[in-house]
Amino acid sequence: MELQRLAFSFFNGDVASRYWLDIVYGMWVTTYLAAAIVATGLAVGLALAMARSFHFRPASFLIVVFADAFRALPPLVVIIVLFFAFPYVDLAMSAFSATWLALSLVLAAFAEEIFWAGILSVPKGQTEAARSTGMSRLQTLVYVILPQAVRLTIAPLTNRMIAITKGTALGSVVAVHEIIYYASSGASEAGNPTPLTLGAAAYVVLFLPVVMLSRWIETRFAWKR
Amino acid sequence: MEQILQVFFNAAILERAWPFLMRGVTMTALLSLVVVPIGLASGLAVAMLYHLHRKWLSRFLIAYVDFFRAFPPLVLLLFIYGGLPFLGIDLPLFATVTLAFLLNTSSYYGEIYRAGIESVGQGQWDAAHSTGLKGHQTLAYVVLPQAVRNVLPDLVSNTVEVVKLTSIASVVALPELLYTADMARSVTFNSSPIVLAAAIYLVMLWPVVRLISRLERRIAA
Repeated sequence: MELQRLAFSFFNGDVASRYWLDIVYGMWVTTYLAAAIVATGLAVGLALAMARSFHFRPASFLIVVFADAFRALPPLVVIIVLFFAFPYVDLAMSAFSATWLALSLVLAAFAEEIFWAGILSVPKGQTEAARSTGMSRLQTLVYVILPQAVRLTIAPLTNRMIAITKGTALGSVVAVHEIIYYASSGASEAGNPTPLTLGAAAYVVLFLPVVMLSRWIETRFAWKR
Repeated sequence: MEQILQVFFNAAILERAWPFLMRGVTMTALLSLVVVPIGLASGLAVAMLYHLHRKWLSRFLIAYVDFFRAFPPLVLLLFIYGGLPFLGIDLPLFATVTLAFLLNTSSYYGEIYRAGIESVGQGQWDAAHSTGLKGHQTLAYVVLPQAVRNVLPDLVSNTVEVVKLTSIASVVALPELLYTADMARSVTFNSSPIVLAAAIYLVMLWPVVRLISRLERRIAA
């Protein structure tokens, strides 16, 4: 009896058949939102770390301030500021854009720190040798330093990307139509938590393979201490 | 310029919202003070159980950790919040949030401790055993102190993540900092309270973020 009630609540076939399509659509939105965040965040983070490596003080200072601030602010706070605060100065953006921008900025901040640590880990002699062959500073960075630095950044970057792309769920707070948005609105509409079970399963399907991949990457490209 | 000040840094509104936000800060601090120690302790338990090297137990723990690493904390919270009543369990809101955090943070902290324990060489175990220390004594007096020191930056950085994460409790209407700020915003039709909340998070966490950068650099060097 107890088990039957449990099945009726959490694994209700009837409810599931009404909502599974919504959840699948939500999975698509989650996936491309996550992909957009990873692309933007990594690109901006790498660009900032490269800019910082030219040791131009005012620029480095601003980059550190940016990285510190977005590492200290909760992502949900950033999303809410962008979505709810900026319309008051006529800078309205869609829920999707606000979530994309907020999480991209957060990922960029963390990625900048990780790339920067990677760049610092390459011995100075490499730069000196490359410069003495007549390479420009940018060429040295792109052809000599970064290829060595990136290897060390792969494991921490993967973990950070997982943590932040999971944050796409925060978009539901400003009504981005991703998985948990459909799951919780479905659950309250049906008066039954089965859509939540479906949503939870959808996240496991999307993210568990990535987490397992990251475990493999961690042993493959471990930080040398 | 005038308009920006009016909308984002409105002194009159901030003055009204201030006492309300301070209650939110207290709740955020209280929640952090509960979930961080619970996370640290349960994570340590996960790592120590893993280190018993019982094949099935270890496999179960890896599955447990991976599962909760794949699960967005907000989804976990909403699932527990929305699901528990259907199990006939009626927990107070604070306890519901704490339960979600326990599941999430124990796996993250557990992974960190595990990496720390693995970073301590086998020679340390052997040496400790040879002096007559028992397994649990070796772990407590020899291995853990070194393990914790090796992963200290990760432990601190995860703690910052957990404190930041307390903001998701606003979604289930626990009156912490973000919730009170957003309430104040919707009552006053003005962004200043959220900007102030963001500033409060910055003031609380910036020093720790700086500390992490320092710790990481010292260990890398």
